[in-house]
Amino acid sequence: MPITFKNMPEPIIRVENLSKKFVIAHEAQERYKSLRDVITNRIKGLVKKGEKRYSSSSEEFLALDDINFNVYSGDRLGIIGRNGAGKSTMLKILSRITEPSSGRVTIKGRVSSLLEVGTGFHPELTGRENIFLNGAILGMSRAEIRSKFDEIVDFAEVEKFLDTPVKRYSSGMYVRLAFAVAAYLEPDILIVDEVLSVGDAQFQKKCLGKMEDVSKNQGRTVLFVSHQMGTIAQLCDKSILLKKGKIISIGQTNKVIENYINSQSNTTEGNKFLGGTSGQDFYFKEVYSINAEGQTKQDFGFDEEIAFLGKIKMNRTPYNLKIGITLQNIQGYYISTSIYELENKDFKSEDLVFKISFPSNLIAPNSYYIRIALFNDNQVFEIVENICNVRVIDTGTELSKYEGINYGSIILKTNWTIESN
Amino acid sequence: MVESKLKMPELIIEAGRTEKNYWHDLWVYRELFYILSWRDIKVRYKQTVIGAAWSIIRPLLTMIIFTIIFGRVAKLPTEGTAPYAIMVYAAMLPWQFFANSLSEASNSLIGNTNLITKIYFPRMIIPASSIIVSLVDFAISFGLMLILFLWYHYLPSWQILLLPIFVFLAFLTSFGISLYITALNVKYRDFRYIIPFIVQFGLYVSPVGFSSSIVPSKWRLLYSINPMVGVIDGFRWSILNEKEIFWPGFLVSLSVTFIFCFVGIWYFRRTEKSFADNI
Repeated sequence: MPITFKNMPEPIIRVENLSKKFVIAHEAQERYKSLRDVITNRIKGLVKKGEKRYSSSSEEFLALDDINFNVYSGDRLGIIGRNGAGKSTMLKILSRITEPSSGRVTIKGRVSSLLEVGTGFHPELTGRENIFLNGAILGMSRAEIRSKFDEIVDFAEVEKFLDTPVKRYSSGMYVRLAFAVAAYLEPDILIVDEVLSVGDAQFQKKCLGKMEDVSKNQGRTVLFVSHQMGTIAQLCDKSILLKKGKIISIGQTNKVIENYINSQSNTTEGNKFLGGTSGQDFYFKEVYSINAEGQTKQDFGFDEEIAFLGKIKMNRTPYNLKIGITLQNIQGYYISTSIYELENKDFKSEDLVFKISFPSNLIAPNSYYIRIALFNDNQVFEIVENICNVRVIDTGTELSKYEGINYGSIILKTNWTIESN
Repeated sequence: MVESKLKMPELIIEAGRTEKNYWHDLWVYRELFYILSWRDIKVRYKQTVIGAAWSIIRPLLTMIIFTIIFGRVAKLPTEGTAPYAIMVYAAMLPWQFFANSLSEASNSLIGNTNLITKIYFPRMIIPASSIIVSLVDFAISFGLMLILFLWYHYLPSWQILLLPIFVFLAFLTSFGISLYITALNVKYRDFRYIIPFIVQFGLYVSPVGFSSSIVPSKWRLLYSINPMVGVIDGFRWSILNEKEIFWPGFLVSLSVTFIFCFVGIWYFRRTEKSFADNI
């Protein structure tokens, strides 16, 4: 996927010094005021005239703190961050649901937000009626909807149920229909939040394709918020990482995702996994990465051998026990799996130590995780993903000048033959 | 939003900006207003099996009860030559419209939470479209009125041609008060318990079951502070061949209506910005 930073002079969205302040009243735990409380507090205030009037301690909370960034036409920008980082507030401001406390946003073009699929869908109305309703809510004119109606129905695969109230739809159909309306909306800027978390894998793929088509071939800009790193990585060329209302990383998606994952992994100590809590007959006590000299290490050169050393606790004689190790990339995709089948003669004590090494000069510079599993033909005793973070540092591969581009997870030695005829 | 794509409108989001472009936005989003009204009407007559019948049964039953209690038992005088039932029904029409608007509109924002928290549009569209539904109910109830005319062999005079003016006045009154109450309902969630009370109480303080002419003349002006008094008097004037409308009272009601409209819009707009945060 080529990465292009369009350095056009005029951004399509310009965010300048944007801040959003919320006031949290500590006294009132309820989400909204009630008249009863207001009245009783007033009366209390009147009775205790001499004393200080009813006061609630309140605290200001910055959901967004001085945010600046530009989005250019055709960009596909991902916004990532933990819950409460300010992602949703940001999208809400961009789609004008709330106003910022200070700062400004300049947007050129029609914005449509897709903060959640099926906005405004009414369960009592039929699929057909909801297409028109939802279209209008998202900003389409009736003529526009009519001209795209067949495409929408085709995309959503609901033609048989067009005249059924959507309350009888399965959740998959519901999402498909909702997404289809939005996909054919054709705004200049599409804001998407967590849409693809529902629906089957095939439909998700279709959606991704559609969104890529929307942004690549039609030049539309997409702002995308999701917890699914893989989706962000596939769809967005540029990303923003928010933390406590501030941008802490901005740039090419894979870099930003790497930052995000590295700031996420506090359950394991970097390259080390400590287990022993599963209570199964067989479990991993610990697994960590080492280099060829046997030293514990997290960063490896491309030309270094990466190995993992682990201890397994065995509370009984194993029968056909297998150890599986899968290398994962930072999006969690599985790169390669290796399985070792234990034989009973391997079992001499309760503790078993294993070592698995990956060849040098193969795994592309990037950040990786592993998945470890203990199982036999009947049972899975333990399976843990996204542990033992290791980093492969570029020590001068032939692709080093393309750093930052996602060129895959493995560099194979290849032979080219070029002839001119 | 509905502008042509070639224009590439520039949108600036800043604190206090929506406030400035309010009426312009309201115009831009008119299509949304049509479609939401269409949805509300559609859903209303789909959900309840007796749907439309309900908007006839309710005023009809109330009218019969009021006619018996006020007309037969209490023997209150009617207005002009009209049968007591028609006099009651002529007031029942605007009153039902007002009461429906009030209860529908005040719940409309909370019922549309998912719209409000997800997309931008001038929020006034939502209570306004729910009042349109009440207007359709009104139209259906009006049909029954024509049947009553036939039943009693009653012929209204030319004054009935001016009825649309009073319908509009009823709309203004409902709209103003509903906006105010809707906004209060979002702000204070327990306010909704008060609304049925307002509607109940209002039915008896407004001249629905009786003619406003039985109010002693020294109190009549004060009585007209209730804006529905003016609306109902107007309806009766145009339907019941009244010779003259009680002008001082009517003007008082009219002014109160305008004040409510003004205050309602003002208060709604003031609280509207925080709806998405509060709801």
